[in-house]
Amino acid sequence: MDIIISNNSNVPIYEQIKEQFKSKIIAGELSTGELLPSIRVLAKDLRCSVITTKNAYEELEKEGFVKTIPAKGVYVSKINKEIAKEEQLKKIEKMLEDVVILAKINKINKKELNTILSIIYEER
Amino acid sequence: MKKAIEVKNLTKEYKDFKLDNISFTLPVGTIMGFIGENGAGKTTTIKSILDIIKYDGEIKLMDKDNKNEALKDIGVVLDDAFFPEILNAKDINTIMKSTYQNWDSKLYFKYLNDFKIPSKKQIKQLSKGMHKKLEIAVALAHHPKLLILDEPTTGLDPVARSEILEIFQNFMVDPECSIFISSHITSDLEHIADYIVFINEGKILLNEKCHVLLEEYGIVKCKKEELENIAKEDYIRVRKYRYDYELLIKNKKEFKKKYNSEVIDKISLEELMVLMLKGE
Repeated sequence: MDIIISNNSNVPIYEQIKEQFKSKIIAGELSTGELLPSIRVLAKDLRCSVITTKNAYEELEKEGFVKTIPAKGVYVSKINKEIAKEEQLKKIEKMLEDVVILAKINKINKKELNTILSIIYEER
Repeated sequence: MKKAIEVKNLTKEYKDFKLDNISFTLPVGTIMGFIGENGAGKTTTIKSILDIIKYDGEIKLMDKDNKNEALKDIGVVLDDAFFPEILNAKDINTIMKSTYQNWDSKLYFKYLNDFKIPSKKQIKQLSKGMHKKLEIAVALAHHPKLLILDEPTTGLDPVARSEILEIFQNFMVDPECSIFISSHITSDLEHIADYIVFINEGKILLNEKCHVLLEEYGIVKCKKEELENIAKEDYIRVRKYRYDYELLIKNKKEFKKKYNSEVIDKISLEELMVLMLKGE
C-alpha cells in the first residue's frame, strides 16, 4: 500500500492521510473488515506524530469509512461505494465550478479550458 | 488521562538565572518537544525532573507519589556524556547489570546490534553519532516507560539524526511509552512531536499541540501601510525588516478571511522560535 505525505503542502498532514485512506477504501484496495495499522505503527511508518494519525482515523470514523473496536483496532467499514463515489463527484463538480467561473472572468473559452484539463489529466 | 510527567510551578533560582513558575503536563503515549535557546532553562528543568538538583514546586512522574519509584522506569540521555572513555560497550553491560535491577543484557546487545555499535571498541574510538546511539541503547535497556532526552541529536549529522529519530518512533509503538525531548534542532521535532513547549529566559512562552503550530500559525509579509490596517490582536509578533514587515499570526484561516490576504506562508518551528524571540 502506498501512502505519500508531503510536509510542504498546505493540506494538513492528517487530512492527507485521511484522503488517501478514503480513496483506497472507495477503490476497493482496502476491503471491508480489513484491519488498519494502529495509530502508533502508522505514525512510525509515516514519520509523523501520533496525534496526527489519531486525528486522521477519527475523521475517517466520523465520515463512516472505518470503525474502531476498543482494544482491537481500526477496521474498514462497509461502505456504499456508489454513494461514496457520488460524494467525490460532487466535490469535483464544485471545484470545477470555481474553475469555470474563474475562466469566464478571464475570458478563457471552453476549448482552451478543455485543453488545459486534458494536459493536466495526462500529466498526473 | 495518564500523565508521564506533571510539572507544577517549578521554580529554581540561581544568581543570574531564574526558572520561573513552570508548569506543563506530558500525557502518556505522546512525545513532547522542549525547545528554546541555549541557556533558556531546558537543562535546569530536566535536572529538576530527574532530582539531580533541588527545586521549588511539584513534579510528579508516571502518576506516582514516590518519585524514586518512578525513576526506575525512566531512561535518560543527558547532554554531557558520562561513560569512561577507556571502556567498551561490553564493559558497560557488565557495570549496568550489577547496578540496575531491570537491566536486560539481551535487549542491550540487541540494540547494539540494531544500531551497529561495535561492542569491543573503546568508547573514545566511537564517532559522536555512535556514542549517542550507545547512550540511547543504555537508556533503553532497562525497559523504560519514559525517555527523558536532553539534546540527543545535537552535533550529529543528518543521517545519524534520522536514525535516532527512528529509534524513538519505534519506542513509541508501545502506547504506554512517552518521550520528553529537549532540542534546539527544531526540525527533528517537527514531524514526531505531539506537543511543543517553548521556554525562554526561564519562562514558558508557548505550550501547544505541534500540528496546531504548523497548520494554524503562519507568517504574513506586508508593507507598512498594510500593517497599519491590521488589528494588534490579530498577530502575535511583528518583525521589521528594511523593505517589509513579518507578522506571526495564530490562525491562518481567520486571518485570510478577515484581511483577504493571499500570501500567508507556512511556518516552521525554527521560524516560529526566531519570530517569537526577535519580533516585538
